[in-house]
Amino acid sequence: MGFQIKKMSFSYGDNKVIDNVSLHIEPGRFYGIIGPNGCGKSTFLDLLSSHTKPAAGSVFFMGKDLAKYSKKALSRLIALVPQNFYINFSFTAREIVLMGRYPHIPKFSVPAQQDMEIIDDVMQKTETYQFKNRFITELSGGERQRVVFARALAQDTDVLILDEATSNFDINHSIRMLNLAARGVEKNGKTVITVLQDINLAAIFCEYLIFIKNGRIAAYGKTNEVLNANTIKSVFNVDAKVYQDSYSNSKQVVFKR
Amino acid sequence: MSLNILSKTITNSTGVHLILLGIFLFVAIIISSGSGYININFADVFKIIASKCTGNKDLLEGMNKIFSVIVFDVRLPRILTAAIVGAGLSISGAVFQGILLNPLADPYTLGVSAGAAFGASIAILFNINLFAFTVNSSCSVPVFAFTGAIATLFFVIFLASSNSSATRLGLSSNNLILSGIIVAAILSAGISFLKYLADEQVSIIIFWLMGSFASSGWPDVQLTLLFVCAGFLISFFFARDLNLMALGNRTASSLGVDTKKVTLALLVTASLIAAVCVSVSGIIGFVGLLVPHMTRAVTGPDNRKLIPVSMMVGAILLLCADTLTRAVLPSEIPIGVLTALIGGPFFCYIFKKRQMSGTGI
Repeated sequence: MGFQIKKMSFSYGDNKVIDNVSLHIEPGRFYGIIGPNGCGKSTFLDLLSSHTKPAAGSVFFMGKDLAKYSKKALSRLIALVPQNFYINFSFTAREIVLMGRYPHIPKFSVPAQQDMEIIDDVMQKTETYQFKNRFITELSGGERQRVVFARALAQDTDVLILDEATSNFDINHSIRMLNLAARGVEKNGKTVITVLQDINLAAIFCEYLIFIKNGRIAAYGKTNEVLNANTIKSVFNVDAKVYQDSYSNSKQVVFKR
Repeated sequence: MSLNILSKTITNSTGVHLILLGIFLFVAIIISSGSGYININFADVFKIIASKCTGNKDLLEGMNKIFSVIVFDVRLPRILTAAIVGAGLSISGAVFQGILLNPLADPYTLGVSAGAAFGASIAILFNINLFAFTVNSSCSVPVFAFTGAIATLFFVIFLASSNSSATRLGLSSNNLILSGIIVAAILSAGISFLKYLADEQVSIIIFWLMGSFASSGWPDVQLTLLFVCAGFLISFFFARDLNLMALGNRTASSLGVDTKKVTLALLVTASLIAAVCVSVSGIIGFVGLLVPHMTRAVTGPDNRKLIPVSMMVGAILLLCADTLTRAVLPSEIPIGVLTALIGGPFFCYIFKKRQMSGTGI
């Protein structure tokens, strides 16, 4: 069922950010969203996660209008890792990850043993366990983002939306985190939708790519089919060479000055 | 929401804190009731309170009759009002700091105090006597103060909410703080103008602005207790959502929080508490800023612990401060001046200390 997007539009004032987009996002796949700065990627994700309501058109999720879901119900189905994460209060890393379990814990109860096991597990997988008791305010940008990533994994949802979630990671952690997301797709049939600036990283992980330009879908399809020099030229207006790389077993892009 | 659930939600250490603080508060009330111009020993104070609670007149036997009047009709209402206002301002401060994502926000950030002061000034200046036929005339100042505070709040919210923010960001904390500052600035100019016009009443306005519990009576206790209790329950109900909102509106929303609804509900709740507190006692600064700030150092930022513990700490602190000015100092200093004189430098101290240790605010 996944997401059925029908003629969706959204604007801030007179500025049309998403313009008449129709798309089907299948469940159990790894999707990458690529596009220039300010093309509407984040807004597109906000519309998918129902943080923002479309001005026109509709989004159906699992056969039901997204607007008809309660926030509580959606928080058990869709998790979001935001692009920037800034926090003023000194929660510990563990407390932040535990917040990912809140949608599953009734308001006035304490977390169950199972919740604690889940958060310890995701913290180990994301390599945040070693600073679980440190304050989030004292962590580096990359460490903080890993905690936020762990929080989204702890939410244990069918859909994981990543908004440039790897922007603060070194290459080791980028690969590690995206592998964690990919494992969820392969093993548990989860859906990952991620915005990535790094096209080559996207090509390695994503089965499908969605190119967005000026609020419209510029190109869409299987990574192997849609990723080519023409697409890069039309979306980013840069010349590039796209080739099949045997080491990464994926299409890769190189640029020149 | 029963006490049982309340104690289950907050961890054991917080439960212990609350019980200890409760005992401390009770002892402070007894000691404070006994001290003053006429000292009454604590056993007698205890007997007077017990006899009033149980209706057992035998306990008062052999005691000077005036003692009972002093404790029950003069001191207790003042003491309880001070404690409840302290609790209210602290809850309100903790909630404001949570919503505005700013550990330096206080109940007056959105101009609630300026609105209350403006309302009170008008009532005093024009000698308005709303309730001349019914209750005593002293009601009109609190009523005007309350109205001024609430009107200011809604104007600030109106000013802060924009079309785009309504859909995407809710009420952004920057917009709220900025609107609050603008409105407060306009209102304090208005207050200055009223003072200029006031002539003889100018001293009444000034004294009201400095805050005092000297004239607090049982109606004040009832009124503040009602609002502060209701406010506490609402704040506690949304405490977990408030934790999530510290992660930013977008993330909180993805974790199932209706950010716009929670922001509005808590904003109105915290402002109502502050407005009621200001209307009965005048403007008492620094309690709402400092108490949650200090408490956070002990409980951590989890609002489910922070809000109840702040409430108790605030009650004890303001009660002690009021007792200090009432019974210990040679002559009574307005409580608002005292809290600012103690709280201000203390705040500078902890602020600087944290800056030096590099942990920030």
